[in-house]
Order: sequence, then structure tokens, then C-alpha cells
Amino acid sequence: MSNEGVDVRKRRFLTGATAAVGGVGAAFVATPFIKSWLPSARARAAGAPVEVNIAALDEGALLSVTWRGKPVWVVRRTQEMLDSLDNVASKLADPDSSAPQQPAYCQNKYRAIKDPILVMVGICTHLGCSPSFRPDASEWSMDVPGFFCPCHGSHYDISGRVYAGQPAPLNMQVPPYRYSSDELIVVGEDPATGGGEEAA
Amino acid sequence: MKRSLLLALLVMLPISVWAAEGSVPFEFDPNLDNQASLQRGAKLFMNYCSGCHSLQYMRYNRIAEDLEIPRDVVENNLIMTGGKIHSTIQGTMSKEQAGDWFGKAPPDLSLIARQRGADWIYSFLLSFYLDDSRPNGVNNLVMANTAMPHVLAPLQGYQVHEESGGHDGESEGGHGDAGPALELVQEGQLNPAEYRSAVGDITNFLVYAGEPVKLTRASLGFKVIVFLILFTGLAYMLKREFWRDVH
Amino acid sequence: MASKFMNWVDARFPATQLWNDHVGQYYAPKNFNFWYYFGSLAMLVLVNQLLTGIWLAMFYKPSAAEAFGSVAYIMREVEWGWLIRYMHSTGASFFFIVVYLHMFRALLYGSYRKPRELLWIFGCLIFLALMAEAFMGYVLPWGNMSYWGAQVIISLFSAVPVVGEQLTTWIRGDFVVGDATLNRFFALHVVALPFVLVGLVIAHIMALHHVGSNNPDGIEIKANKGADGHPVDGIRFHPYYTVKDLFGVGVFLILFAGVIFFAPTFGGLFLEVDNFSPANPSVTPEHIKPSWYFTPFYAMLRAVPSKGGGVIVMFSAVFILFFLPWLDRSRVKSIRYKGIIFKVALTLFAVSFLSLAYLGLQAPSDGVKLSARIATVTYFLFFLLMPIYSKLDRTKPVPERVTG
Repeated sequence: MSNEGVDVRKRRFLTGATAAVGGVGAAFVATPFIKSWLPSARARAAGAPVEVNIAALDEGALLSVTWRGKPVWVVRRTQEMLDSLDNVASKLADPDSSAPQQPAYCQNKYRAIKDPILVMVGICTHLGCSPSFRPDASEWSMDVPGFFCPCHGSHYDISGRVYAGQPAPLNMQVPPYRYSSDELIVVGEDPATGGGEEAA
Repeated sequence: MKRSLLLALLVMLPISVWAAEGSVPFEFDPNLDNQASLQRGAKLFMNYCSGCHSLQYMRYNRIAEDLEIPRDVVENNLIMTGGKIHSTIQGTMSKEQAGDWFGKAPPDLSLIARQRGADWIYSFLLSFYLDDSRPNGVNNLVMANTAMPHVLAPLQGYQVHEESGGHDGESEGGHGDAGPALELVQEGQLNPAEYRSAVGDITNFLVYAGEPVKLTRASLGFKVIVFLILFTGLAYMLKREFWRDVH
Repeated sequence: MASKFMNWVDARFPATQLWNDHVGQYYAPKNFNFWYYFGSLAMLVLVNQLLTGIWLAMFYKPSAAEAFGSVAYIMREVEWGWLIRYMHSTGASFFFIVVYLHMFRALLYGSYRKPRELLWIFGCLIFLALMAEAFMGYVLPWGNMSYWGAQVIISLFSAVPVVGEQLTTWIRGDFVVGDATLNRFFALHVVALPFVLVGLVIAHIMALHHVGSNNPDGIEIKANKGADGHPVDGIRFHPYYTVKDLFGVGVFLILFAGVIFFAPTFGGLFLEVDNFSPANPSVTPEHIKPSWYFTPFYAMLRAVPSKGGGVIVMFSAVFILFFLPWLDRSRVKSIRYKGIIFKVALTLFAVSFLSLAYLGLQAPSDGVKLSARIATVTYFLFFLLMPIYSKLDRTKPVPERVTG
């Protein structure tokens, strides 16, 4: 064995090239293993869009359905509830819903496509509990209707916007949804795509 | 020594161990690149087979994506059994009903192509013949005394089987083989060549359904192997470079 | 910076020493040939099996009601599940290809001879554990061949005198192969046996690095050390054999990927046709045959016309391997310097083994049975007569230094 006449540069280049190509290969191999943890076709099928018929939903009432294993609430708000939204704006953490907690087409004070109909994922943005519905202002500490999370006491208004100074950091999430007819809501699909792709 | 062992190993490789049961008179070479055939096969399957046979490991939306069939076409034309686009393909019959009607439940066909092979499915669907002794009035060359009625009869019509053999059958297709002694006695909507082609479509579809990833597996494999050859070439040069030290 | 960190570590854990002992300063003979790739390749396949196996266990359901469906779920519904599953199923077959070639290498160059007897015995134990691992893994997809394979193999234990029947019932945990059997095989396949395998592999490598590698000339390179205290015919494992093995890995992966992507069932040899229908206790597949890597032993079982005798012959065929270091009485280790008798014997042995593998796949017939008997006798005579013919054999003189 001798080290005379060793072309160090060539050796270094070949080592680097092999390591680089091998590294790319390792990344390729890792991809299927990582991606296999994504929701499977079965999970996606279970999380497929759900249709909600709201014809029988009374004013001021809440209807809960399950979408992707999460409770989704549909509330037909009264005029009184809608009016309350303006009064509380100054006490909210994010009154304009600037955080992306809703699809762009719901970024308004009603956080809805049609003003009275609220469609919202019923999960507190603090630690994932499901808040309770307080349609009657007299039932709780706030003087307007809203939602209250019993776990750590976060307060939301009737659009699911969180009050300032609460444990919960964000407004509650509005899922993608569309109206397939006046009284039929499809939760899990954006209006623009119609019958096509599901929103993520 | 080394060479003879390698040779022996190579000789071992092509042993094919398909379990051959019954006679499989026709050969069929499935072609999954023929998307139109797969689409026709899906349609035929849903119309003629899915009433009794489930594809319990297959989802409608997977078929829609893989075979590039628009979703509303699937919803309106392919879902015969009241399922949703995301659901698996279930037959409409309960196991008990099926048992009452046919004596045994029609099997799920998700893996039939992997279990029996394309030749078998193709031959089975071509080999129904009239037989008064059977409750359905038909028998089958591939699976004797099958409980399955000849559901494709509206397309094929009816054949009789010449017991004598020797007869080289109807020279219906350009498949080269003489085929068994089956003779068409009552015509269906399709002529024999069209019927063979339709059965080929169903076979292609079932081969796809047996392993959906088969559509893309080989093309991915080609890329993987090109990459590995590049890597191996580099590793070889690296090895040669370092081994110049070793005398 | 880096060296400072390593000093800190080395003061607390012998990292550098471990690296040097086993890789950096491990001196291996410089004349390794083709046959010496299979040790590192076996390690590679082991890692592949462990990784893909862990991932499969994330999606698989070890119950008789759900197992078959969960494999279909992996193949269709889990993202890339099909690739992970094919890597595992193809890996199982490649494991045996690589291990058989690795073992044959030992036969060629006498790698089991003193001082490597324990190294060889650890290897035989790995082979034994691997067979148990493969058998139990084969049951898990709960296809019809899984079911009947388990039925047949477990029934072998009923040949044990007196307690045979109770023993098989105990292994199954039921009066037939069923949910309980599947569940315990799952635990053994994914937890217990992998531990055993990895432990034995570590012992195997420690023994190897303790006594040093053999080589195609069968010379002890440690007997001839240079002024630097290292064997004159030795080269450092790293970088010389790491880069060489890297090339071997590349070639191996090309073949491996070829099977995974183009022929994952390999004509029914790597994934059997009958395993695409779910376990059915009332329908036995037409030809029950084990996976191809067990067929040599299965052919021996069938060749013996008595149940007890067949089982004894089959297990003896594996256990006789353990005694090989003491059966070979030749003056030399390597086939290169052995005489014509040993060369003929080894060739006959290889032919009989391959014939048995082939015969085990065939449906039983008189011709198959007769050929299997001849091959079985040849297999055993290779070992049993070795003390005699290896001594009679006319060996050639062994050189002082390794040759090219």
C-alpha cells in the first residue's frame, strides 16, 4: 500500500459526488415512509364532504354534524344575534378575522357566505375542547350571545370571534363550504370548485 | 464453480408456479396502457357484474382518478348500487340473498385477477355454453358447474359445446389458437369479434382492479433504476480510485 | 471543534474506539472477491426488513377478521403502502438469496474452520432465527397459503413423541390455526425474533472482528504482520471495503428494484397466487408448497416415507450445519488448495441442494420423490463422510501470502 501519486482532488470530487447522489437517494427512499403517515384513502373517504340540510333549522338554533371527525356547527342566527356583532367588536382579539381561520369568502363580520347562517368547526382554538353554545345572553357572563369553552374559560362571540385576553389565541375555524341549493350546505367544498376538488 | 452455480440459479428462475386448475382455453395479454379499454371495462363491469360482485377494496373515486373518468360521469353512469363517489364498490345483494339465489355467494372480485390470472377471466367469460342439466341453463368450460348465470348473454348470445372435440371451433378471433369446440347458436348484440374485445376490456379492468398501482409501478421503476445505475457508476469509479492504493 | 467534541464523547463513551475496532482500523484481507459482498448485503437487507416492517406494523391489523383486509388496505389506501409492502416481501426473498450465497462462501473457503467455529455457529443460529422469522411473517397476510402453510408447519410438531398433540394445540392456542395463532405469530415476528436476530448479528460481527476475516486463500493474515504492526496482506476496512461494498450495494439495489417494480410476485415465487384469496379453513390450495427458500427442506420432509422420520431428517438437515467445523479434517481451508475429492463433493452438495429446492416446488409424484431421496442422501453424505474424504483428499501447498 502506498499513497504516492494519489489524485486528492479527484478522490475528493468522487467522494462528494457519490455522497451527494447517495443523499438524494436517501431522501427519495425516505419520501414514501414519510408520506405513508398522511391520511389514507379510507380516512379521506371518511373525511369526504358532508351535506347538511338546513330547511328544518329554527332561528337561533344550532345543528351539529361531523366532518373529518370534528363537530361542525350550523347556526341560523337571529337578527338580534347579528346586531350584537357590531357591539362587541371593540372587545375582540381579531374583529376583522385577519388571521386565516376562515376561507377568503367568509372573511367578514358574519364570517359566513349568507349573513345569518354560521358554519363553523366547533373546536376551541386553545387546546381543542368543544365550546358550548350560549344563545341567550342572560345565561353567561357576557351580555350578548356567543360561545363559551368550559375547559379554560375562553369566550367567543356569535361569529366565533374570540374576545381579547382569553386563553384561546384565534377565532374559531370556519371550514370550506358551499350552498348546493338554498337549504343544502356541502361542508368540505369551496364554492368556486363546485363538485370538484376538496379543500385541504 | 462460481459460474456453474450462477448458471444453475439462472435455470431456476423462470419456473412459473401458477396453479393450473381446469382448462384455460384462451390466452389474453392484459394491456393497462389502453385507457379506453379500461374505461369500457369499468363500464361493462358496473353494468353487468357489480349487481352481484363487489370490488370491496376499490373506491369509485380511485377509478375516476386512475382511469381519468370525470367525477360526474362516474356518479351518473357507473355507480349502480347507491354508493357515494368515495365509497367502496359493494354489490347490492346480501350474502344471504345470494346464497338463496345462487347456492353460494358471488365472490368479491378485487383480487380475482391476481388469484386466477388474466387468461382465466378471459376464458371464463368466453366459455359459457347451453346445458339443460344446469339450473341456469348454462355451464362453463373453465369452471365446470359454475353457479353463475351467463349474464353477458345479451351481448354474446348463446353457444353450444361439441362434446366430440376435434372440431376447431368457430374461427372467430385472430388469436391464433384453435380454441375449444364452441359454436354460436343464437346471436347477441355483438358479433363474436366485438364480444371478445368487450371481454378483453373487462379483463383489463379486473387486472387493473387487482393492483391499481400497476398503472404507474413500472414507469416509476424505470426512473429508480436509471438513478441507481448513476449511483452505482459513481460508486464504481470511487472504488477504483481508492483501490489504486492497494497493490 | 469537532475533535474537541469527540474528545468529550470519548472520555465518556468509546465512540472512536468502536469505530476504529470495527471499521476505521479493522484490517481485512485485501483479496476479497465476489463472494465477500453478501455479508454487508445481508446487513442491508436486515435494515430494510426492520424499517419496512416497522412501517407495515403501523397499518397492519393482527386479527383473523381484519388481517387480509388490512394488507389490501396497505396495498391500495395507504400512500406508498404498496411500495413499503413490496420492499418487505421482496426483501424476505432477497434475504435468503443473500444468506444462502453468504453461507456457500463459507463452504468454499473454509470460513467455519478454527478459529472461526463460534462465528459459524452464530451464523447458523441467525439462519435458524431467520427461518422462524420468515415462516411467521408468511402467516401474517392471512391468505389461504398463509393459513395452510401454518397448518402444515405447526403439524410437524405433532411428530414429537407423547406430547405432540398437546404441543401443537399449545402453539396454535386453539384447536385449529386461528386468531390466537395469528396474534402470537405477529408478536413474535415483529418484536421477539427481530431482537434475537439483531442480537445474534451483533455477536456474529463481534466474533468476526475478534478473530479476523478469512479470505479466498484461507490464510491467516494476522500471522504475517509488517513493521507497523498491521497485517501486510490487510487493508483498512474503511475506506477500501466501504467503497467496494457501496458498489456492491448499488448493483444489489438495481436487482432489488427490478423485482419490486417489475415483478414483485416473481411469477408466484415471491408472492404466491393462492395468497391473494383470504384464509379459508375449508378449502386447501391445490399444491401446498412453502416459500421457495424453504423448499429444499420441504422436499426432504416429503422424501421420507414416515412422518416422524421426515421431520427428523428435515431438522437434521439444518442442525448438521452446526457441526461442520469439526467434520472438515482437511489440512487446508480454501477450495483453492483442496483436492479433487472435496471439489466433487461440494459440487454434488450444491447440485443436490438446488435440486431439492426445485423438487420442493413440484407437485408430488414418483419421479419427484425418487429424485428428492437421492438428493437428500447426497446432502447428508456430504457432511457425514466429510471427516473421511477431507482427510483422504490430496491438498495443494498453501502460499505464504494471499494471491490476487
